[in-house]
Amino acid sequence: MAGLVWAVTSAPNWPEVRDAFFDMDAYRRSFPSIARAFLLNVKIFLIAEGIVLVTALLLAVLRSLPGPVFFPLRLLATAYADLFRGIPTILVIALLGFGAPALGIEGIPTSTTFWGVVSLVLVYTAYVSEVYRAGIESVHPSQEAAARSLGLTRTQSLRTVVLPQAVRRVIPPLLNDFIGLQKDTALVGVLGSVEAFKQAQIEVSADFNFTHYLVSATLFVAITIPLARFVDWLVARDRRQRQAGRLV
Amino acid sequence: MRKILIPLAVLAAALVTAAVGGRGDVAAAAPAATPGCAPDTLNLLNDGQLTIGTDNPAYPPWFGGGETKGQPWKINDPATGKGFESAVAYAVAKQLGFTKAQVTWVYTPFNRAIAPGKKQFDFAINQISYTPARAKVLTFSESYYNVNQSVVAVKGKRIASVRSLKGLKSYKLGAQLGTTSYQFIVNRIKPSQRPAVFDTNDAAVAALKNGQIDGLVVDLPTAFYVTAVQVPNGKIVGQFAATGNQERFGMVFQKGNPLVACVNKALRTLKRNGTLAKIQQTWLAKVTGAPVLR
Repeated sequence: MAGLVWAVTSAPNWPEVRDAFFDMDAYRRSFPSIARAFLLNVKIFLIAEGIVLVTALLLAVLRSLPGPVFFPLRLLATAYADLFRGIPTILVIALLGFGAPALGIEGIPTSTTFWGVVSLVLVYTAYVSEVYRAGIESVHPSQEAAARSLGLTRTQSLRTVVLPQAVRRVIPPLLNDFIGLQKDTALVGVLGSVEAFKQAQIEVSADFNFTHYLVSATLFVAITIPLARFVDWLVARDRRQRQAGRLV
Repeated sequence: MRKILIPLAVLAAALVTAAVGGRGDVAAAAPAATPGCAPDTLNLLNDGQLTIGTDNPAYPPWFGGGETKGQPWKINDPATGKGFESAVAYAVAKQLGFTKAQVTWVYTPFNRAIAPGKKQFDFAINQISYTPARAKVLTFSESYYNVNQSVVAVKGKRIASVRSLKGLKSYKLGAQLGTTSYQFIVNRIKPSQRPAVFDTNDAAVAALKNGQIDGLVVDLPTAFYVTAVQVPNGKIVGQFAATGNQERFGMVFQKGNPLVACVNKALRTLKRNGTLAKIQQTWLAKVTGAPVLR
């Protein structure tokens, strides 16, 4: 690591690179405006995350309903997941953010924040529902069989036996998707909203110093690390509770 | 003695005329060349070829002549020579001694043209205004057009009846990223709502049509195109008078490219002999009448 740092800083063009990317004066200058713009990312992320947690679970449950009578629901759920995992997120945002208000239908909101949240919810519901589904299917079928044999209905066994186990198992990949969601809030800038990345672009185009990109990068990383450590702690605590008494 | 001198003088005159006449023939063959700027002496990306950069789509009134089948240019093909910027570019090229066939156009998004770094063109012509910050990382030619900013709105909205610069303060305005239009909003209008900033002007126009922004700030000739074609129910609320330095368009070059000296010479000739004024009259005569907002 030290060797790498030494190799980079003693390269012949290091002064230019340092001035272009690591100019601390530029960093300090643009930090307040980019941090303020970052609040929009946080707002979008928090709202979207809350909705996605619920809708994705619903979608995953729909997809796992057994029997021919539920086939249309399973089909719809599968088609939804395929569609919204297939279209690039930035396309969905552009399609809905520009396209929906263009219809001019009375009552459709034109707010770019609204359509940014809706697009991210649509896309991430698809991804997160697959994560939940993996969790549900990883719970051994004997668990459901045992629950049913105790007299619980399908819904009750799902709610009290299968889902608690399933969700606990998939907390790390869930976090993975939510970190992805945090980063994708930057795409809402394509609709004209001035969020952290767009504000960084504005600063860069004013003085051509790329350090401003670094400012928005550090802000994004700054919210990721505590979240990741918190989830690590949650998982460790959960494992301790489930395996109480075991040495491993 | 006189019998020898006169034939000698005639012979000398004949020799001189032959020598000068020879050079004169070569000079007359090339189109109105700029002294010291022959095409084979210029610092070009590709020898014998003038590579000019501009954005795609190529909008009127800056470009005209429609699309050419098989070419990737949308709305207009810069190679037609029609449209203000295309005409100016070809006039400069001719002044430097290039034929029309020796001029090639290369797609350069606006953001790439004004950013530092290695350029894929000899110069770019794309409604790029001179600013001191840009001049630190690019080389600008002299002005080929003095430009005013203006604001476009949808007819019937409250903003459309604004009569002064102050009246715009309460509205949601928008502009393209990195443009002097955006700078104008932030430095001169200073609205109470943070303006919306778009990666391309088309996105800004879409937002204007959707009502996601109330007013779009662009240069005046572009505003005419926007209201004529892109937003048919749009109107130019007004143009802004220049305070201090008049905003001006220039061609941009790689920083330090000596080619700018010859292009400037060519521009000065075109201004002196009235060609530039004629081109402006042909393509921009209709795009000047808008109320001035102070």
